[in-house]
Amino acid sequence: MSRPRTSLFDITPRTRRRNAAEKRFRAYGIAAISIAIAVLAMLLVSIVSSGAGAFRQTYITLDVDLPEAKLDKSGTRDIAVMKKVSTFGYAPLITKALMAKIEQMGFETPLKKKEIGGLVSKAAAAQLRDYVLAHPDVVGTTQKFEFLASGRIDGYMKGRVTYESAEKDGKISPEQLRLVDALVADGAVVKRFNWAFLTSPDASGQRPESAGLGVAILGSLYMMLVVLLLALPIGVAASIYLEEFAKQNRWTDLIEVNIANLAAVPSIVFGILGLAIFINFAGLPQSAPIVGGLVLTLMTLPTIIISTRAALKAVPPSIREAALGVGASKMQTVFHHVLPLAAPGILTGTIIGLAQALGETAPLLLIGMVAFVKEFPDAPPEGLFDPASALPVQVYNWTQRADPGFVERASGAIITLLLFLVIMNVAAVLLRRRFERRW
Amino acid sequence: MKEVKVSARDVQVYYGENHAIKDVSVEIEDKTVTAFIGPSGCGKSTFLRCINRMNDTIDICRVEGDILLDGEDIYDPKVDPVQLRAKVGMVFQKPNPFPKSIYDNVAYGPRIHGLAASKSDLDAIVEKSLRRAALWGEVKDRLNASGTGLSGGQQQRLCIARAVATEPEVLLMDEPASALDPIATAQIEELIDELREKFAVVIVTHSMQQAARVSQKTAFFHLGNLVEYGETSQIFTNPVDPRTESYITGRIG
Repeated sequence: MSRPRTSLFDITPRTRRRNAAEKRFRAYGIAAISIAIAVLAMLLVSIVSSGAGAFRQTYITLDVDLPEAKLDKSGTRDIAVMKKVSTFGYAPLITKALMAKIEQMGFETPLKKKEIGGLVSKAAAAQLRDYVLAHPDVVGTTQKFEFLASGRIDGYMKGRVTYESAEKDGKISPEQLRLVDALVADGAVVKRFNWAFLTSPDASGQRPESAGLGVAILGSLYMMLVVLLLALPIGVAASIYLEEFAKQNRWTDLIEVNIANLAAVPSIVFGILGLAIFINFAGLPQSAPIVGGLVLTLMTLPTIIISTRAALKAVPPSIREAALGVGASKMQTVFHHVLPLAAPGILTGTIIGLAQALGETAPLLLIGMVAFVKEFPDAPPEGLFDPASALPVQVYNWTQRADPGFVERASGAIITLLLFLVIMNVAAVLLRRRFERRW
Repeated sequence: MKEVKVSARDVQVYYGENHAIKDVSVEIEDKTVTAFIGPSGCGKSTFLRCINRMNDTIDICRVEGDILLDGEDIYDPKVDPVQLRAKVGMVFQKPNPFPKSIYDNVAYGPRIHGLAASKSDLDAIVEKSLRRAALWGEVKDRLNASGTGLSGGQQQRLCIARAVATEPEVLLMDEPASALDPIATAQIEELIDELREKFAVVIVTHSMQQAARVSQKTAFFHLGNLVEYGETSQIFTNPVDPRTESYITGRIG
């Protein structure tokens, strides 16, 4: 059967069907991408809208009298003596300052002293005490201080708390909110960017306004340090040996299968392993970044090994032959030629492994990193053995707390975690671009 | 008759179960170009790679028999293949410069073998090698440019410069011109003829014209056997074995 003569301008039914199929396929593709982008956008919008508030905080500015009679009866400015005055001695000073402020504004309020004091965070007294102990000279003078507003006031400033909700809330009354309105009009209450969210430690369930990610960020950094220092050299060395030196036989096949399997082991299993080996057997402290780092190293190793081996495999064999051909030894071939060419791939794999480890929560819960830690760990290496928290665990922790202020904190922590991950992934892409070589 | 540089006796090569080279015995002369010809898969490249033990890198490859370089068995357990490869250089089928500068490509061998005592020594070696490879004029102003940025023919001459920079005694070339255009091929062939003054050159080629042009001795391989070995002129004009005749007249291959 010969082909019938047709004009190029007539579209045959076969061609039409083929073109229609192609169009449909493109539509599926666009639909799939749109769904993915929509879901991502929804996720980001919901997290950012509920978490962005964590980066802004409400502050109350007050002129506080620091009477010598209360703070330093001896009059010697001896720190040891002054330390005997606890935060309970300082809290009334703040309340008094606030009441003086209200009087100065000429604002009439039926609120009791305790309710007025409730506008200021419970963390304020400690802040005042720390300042006075650090600067004993200020005793006897009046100083301007900026205190955190309490969680409910902060919620009111961010729209979370309203007059209606305050009616039913035992911790805040509409009358207090009216006072806040007056203080805002006066300029004593302001909302501004909150560095303390990133630098200060966690706080108790009573005061979400002063809870921060400082310890969690530091703990996560310490763990990443441990992972990087252990997983990178071990992983790269193992990969180079398996890929370049080991003979292909049943044993290497077995190892290869096991590494692939390890990459698929649920992370909580690594947590149990870490608990059994590092804490119960080796006797390392609980909640310590060193243990978290070791567990995450175990988890990251397969990722690094797999990506490093892929990067080594991608180096063309002709480069190895060229080096061997001029009389380089096996090791010189690997270190002078193969490894530099594989480096971008290795770096990318390592950073992706680290990013994965950074977001890992389950194994850390098992080794006790979920504990409430308010003290900053020391500088490494000793600090690696101090209790610390971690970013994803802090998110988990805050979502468990009752005060609605912590919902915002948890979302803020998620934003911080995502920012770190984005930075790491961008670094991976840039490094790959920078060091990529063609052959 | 010239001095024998490499002498192979009853060499057998196995790839796993596959008997790739059977009973090959050949004497390769110094300061001579020896061509290995034969149809694809006949084992000529495999045999070439035995001479500098490049087959060591293949796990399943096994070599039996003796290959002597200046009377010393290169497969003796005492021999370090690294030292052997410094004496027996190799140029591969596909140009494979390192993704480094032209200078570093040539200087790499001398550096790892400690052939240059100083920077100026190394400069001299690089210049001499590039001149020998007839590349100096084209690249002398851009020694720091990447070796992979050169044209195919230039890359291959760079690989030759890299191979001669370590002052080898034997130079193995595995189809060095197969990826090149006719002009680059002619340059490489001219070069091979000049290199003969210093080295024993062994070249594997698919082109019989090339073998006839550049070599003094020719070995014809077929199905893993060395069928015929002799003066190039004799092989091409008056072959003894009927298989050789069939091949060079284009009936098999």
